[in-house]
Amino acid sequence: MGDDAVTGTITLEVARYRPERESEPTLQRFEVPCRKDWVVLDALNHIKDRLDGSLSYRWSCRMGICGSCGMMVNGEPKLTCATFLSACAPGPVRVEPLRFFPVVRDLVVELTDFLAKIGSVKPWIVRRDEKPAGGGEFLQTPLEVDEYKPYSMCINCMLCYAACPVYGLDPGFVGPAAIALAQRYNLDSRDRGKSERMEILSQHEGIWGCTFVGECSQVCPKNVDPAGAIQRYKVAAVTDWFRSFLPWGPR
Amino acid sequence: MDPMSHDVLLVGGGAAGLRAAIAIAEADPRLKVAVVSKVYPMRSHTVSAEGGAAAVIKTGDSLDDHAYDTISGGDWLSDQDAVETFVRDAPEELLRLEHWGCPWSREPDGHIAVRAFGGMKKMRTWFAADKTGFHLLHTLFQTSLKYPAVTRYDEWFVTKILVDGGRAQGVVGIEMKTGRIETILAKAVILCTGGCGRVFAYTTNASIKNGDGMALAYRAGAPLKDMEFVQYHPTGLPFTGILITEAARAEGGYLVNKDGYRYLQDYDLGKPEPGPVLRSMELGPRDRLSQAFVKEQAKGRTAEGPYGPVVYLDLRHLGEKLIQARIPFVRELCLKYENIDPVRELIPVRPVIHYMMGGVHTDLNGATPIAGLYAAGEAACVSINGANRLGSNSLTECVVFGARAGRAAASYAARAEPPGAGAREQGAGEKRRLEEGLLRGTGGRERVAPLREAMQGAMEKGAGIYRTAAALSEAGSTLDALQARCRDLSLDDRSRTFNTELTSALELSFMLDVAQAIVACAARRTESRGAHQRTDYPARDDGRLLAHSLASRSEAGSCRVDYLPVTVTRWPPGERVYGR
Repeated sequence: MGDDAVTGTITLEVARYRPERESEPTLQRFEVPCRKDWVVLDALNHIKDRLDGSLSYRWSCRMGICGSCGMMVNGEPKLTCATFLSACAPGPVRVEPLRFFPVVRDLVVELTDFLAKIGSVKPWIVRRDEKPAGGGEFLQTPLEVDEYKPYSMCINCMLCYAACPVYGLDPGFVGPAAIALAQRYNLDSRDRGKSERMEILSQHEGIWGCTFVGECSQVCPKNVDPAGAIQRYKVAAVTDWFRSFLPWGPR
Repeated sequence: MDPMSHDVLLVGGGAAGLRAAIAIAEADPRLKVAVVSKVYPMRSHTVSAEGGAAAVIKTGDSLDDHAYDTISGGDWLSDQDAVETFVRDAPEELLRLEHWGCPWSREPDGHIAVRAFGGMKKMRTWFAADKTGFHLLHTLFQTSLKYPAVTRYDEWFVTKILVDGGRAQGVVGIEMKTGRIETILAKAVILCTGGCGRVFAYTTNASIKNGDGMALAYRAGAPLKDMEFVQYHPTGLPFTGILITEAARAEGGYLVNKDGYRYLQDYDLGKPEPGPVLRSMELGPRDRLSQAFVKEQAKGRTAEGPYGPVVYLDLRHLGEKLIQARIPFVRELCLKYENIDPVRELIPVRPVIHYMMGGVHTDLNGATPIAGLYAAGEAACVSINGANRLGSNSLTECVVFGARAGRAAASYAARAEPPGAGAREQGAGEKRRLEEGLLRGTGGRERVAPLREAMQGAMEKGAGIYRTAAALSEAGSTLDALQARCRDLSLDDRSRTFNTELTSALELSFMLDVAQAIVACAARRTESRGAHQRTDYPARDDGRLLAHSLASRSEAGSCRVDYLPVTVTRWPPGERVYGR
């Protein structure tokens, strides 16, 4: 490996927490090369391979699509594969596990509850009868695809939960990604499950605590705009509520 | 019933594994299905696939055309009965994904849209913009959530397949969150663990692609097939291995050497024109372009980058407007992950390992020679891809053969005996091995990263784009030495909780076995075919080697190579002609 792109070194302050050894997280400092093409994740890999093999974190694709490597970088939720070290110069760069999630170890957080929330909104096409494969495709125009497509881009990186003030106060809140996922199917012309999902979401009072600030949409690396999904839900829910008083309404 | 006992157990939760799980749940809802994966399923490497999935759906196309393209693309090493099955099942499988919500790109009238792809004579590649694998995986994962019969073991790392009395009866896995080691019993096991790109230094493959399932099967006594056939993609980013799609060249990008010269004109790939010409120059086939890079390097005309020799992909003449409109993901990848702007800068690229044509030897239903053991997807070799896979056949392969393996395993499990005492004893033995050998430590002297880098360097040098008997022999010796050193590993990490140094060590050991099988098969195949190019044997030899390699592991760990004839149904071997 050549050194022509190295611009000195940079200090990383990495959160360490080994439940067998420590009662609370501590910060450990490492000096790493600051290369033009290195992202924070490369620095973590350098630490693991050369300095301390016991550092634990998740990563896989290093191209922003698997959603594994979300962490707090200098207090902001980031994909570490898409955050250049040089952008953090001169440092130090503080790397911590995603905020608001229980920490398993070092930079690894607990996902069980997040996955349960994703599953709770029935994120699949709901139909009374499944169409036989021989029956051909459901027609869907490009405009109809565009309706739900932005909400289908979520990589489940959970940065939006780490940015969400409502989730920070109420861990029971179903959260931005799950609501966006519900809307992804609600807005799909092939789906018939919207009323079931609206019923599920209506049990989450937290939605009404959500402000227009849209921290979730600001941190989303895939421009999913969960805040937009939440606002659309609110409008739909209020409309349904008013309709329920009308004689020609749904009830 | 034992809580950790299932009817069918999937190892791996990517496209093949999830498709198999759904197939089993649909075939017989009473069957207990488990998906054991070292990552959460939506992190699986299927997620990175960009281009699309091939299946005949449009008028003017035919199953025979798809079969012929696949077989000639594979340099006639594909089993033609497998290819015929594949092209026949493909449209139904992709339609099923459509019914499950996959956001396939559409024609203005609402029908499925298809695009052209390398080596395909007709447009038959279904796509979901430029993130097809991502959408396919998330559609399968979300759909799988509606089947209560599917139990998931997320972030469980499988270390061994239990085979007793010639029958696969479960696995041993480590729960990463707690470090507990458990025997998980099952009447049938399906390996859907994907490829092994990380055996090489430069690869598009994610860090999790370590050939786990291939090594697990090999150790359990199932042969690996056609392991010498490893596909290089000509345009990867050198440091990260991130793939720059062929679309960048289809839009008019040039490949130039260090002098700015479009060097492909020197390698029988046509004459340079200002705009793109199909099947010519930059739009030649992947193997030929990767081979031209090596020849250019030998002439001293590649540039020296911080990570070795590179050539350049030049998109600057296309202008910002076209780049942003037609290949935005290329610009996004370069900007966000390499700090390069292709509007103003040359993109350094090199051939990078992309796909393993070989894998666990299976029949058309994913069955291996071991009763109750199945494989599907990139981990398996059925074989449809032969000596060179065509782009957009692999996603389709995952769903077609995932579903077939799932149905076959379901029907086997419904009549199989429950796992026996022998399997439990083996599980206990494996648990002792892991506890004593790695977690408690034996004062070893070696570390994981240097061994892994030595292996990757040896493979790149000895088993890369061009191979010779001498270079393969040297790579083989290096791997033998690395195997010995791998038994002397020392870990910094003694924690039970999410110990990724332990899993890296186990992955290294898997990769060394896979690397040895690749080198052994490559050394024995004294011909050049598709992705396997021997400078000492430059011609294809159908007389002797129209045959699959079968690599079996001996008790002592050495690799034995046998041959199995290729199944030819309707397409006798012919010449592969490109650009003329």
